[in-house]
Amino acid sequence: MNEKEIMAFIKVITDYFHSVTGIDAKMGIPYVKDAATETMEFTAVIGISGSRRGGIYYTANRPLLEQIATHILGEGEYDDATVYDLVGEMTNVIAGNLRESFGSSFLISVPIIMKGKLEDITVRLKPPVFIIPIEWDGHRSHLAIGLE
Amino acid sequence: MKILIVDDSNIIRRAIEKYLHEFELECVGTAGDGESALVLFREYLPDIVTLDITMPRMDGLSCLEKIMQIKPDTRVLIISALKDAATGLQAVRKGARGFLAKPFTQQELKEEIMLCL
Repeated sequence: MNEKEIMAFIKVITDYFHSVTGIDAKMGIPYVKDAATETMEFTAVIGISGSRRGGIYYTANRPLLEQIATHILGEGEYDDATVYDLVGEMTNVIAGNLRESFGSSFLISVPIIMKGKLEDITVRLKPPVFIIPIEWDGHRSHLAIGLE
Repeated sequence: MKILIVDDSNIIRRAIEKYLHEFELECVGTAGDGESALVLFREYLPDIVTLDITMPRMDGLSCLEKIMQIKPDTRVLIISALKDAATGLQAVRKGARGFLAKPFTQQELKEEIMLCL
């Protein structure tokens, strides 16, 4: 991963939050994943194949996901199934939008969604895994990228 | 006019249905994968289909080909996160009437659907 590629990820994430919610997200300084990096309540992993190999995951807590759901569907109570679905869809959109920069042979899988803090989620991600911290409307989340 | 909504995300299916509420469209069903979509398509022969691409079991482009074989005048709007020009072109070549990249706003969806009507 080079700086230009990291910037492509940051642009896609920024555009996502702005387009869906009208509120800009702030990116933290990307760093290489270490033992202290923990996933949050809901996580979606997407495998990447074709021109690049590896995967990405996006992880967030319920309050952020509920708030995004409210921006999409309006006020309501959102159950676990909806929150699972949303974290998968957000990850799918981020990965899919990257084809604008990485090209059509950047192939993405359907998302695999997991709940709870996961000790080792790097199975599909090729090291070094870069973490992009995201702060949106007072909520923290992050995107992890592990591509050969 | 009858519409079928196909996307593997439940929240996106609900959003599309909600955003299009003001149009006089009869939603004959929603599906989360290409195979289920084809079952509904054969049963109801909708006029309009909104179709995701990255889905389990059968992807949207394969589903689009089948739809065009069954009812070539179907107005298919691809709604996908795959934002590269080649994918959009491929969809149009297979018979799609339009391509809307995710994430989309209510206004963007309305404008694309109006082009299909």
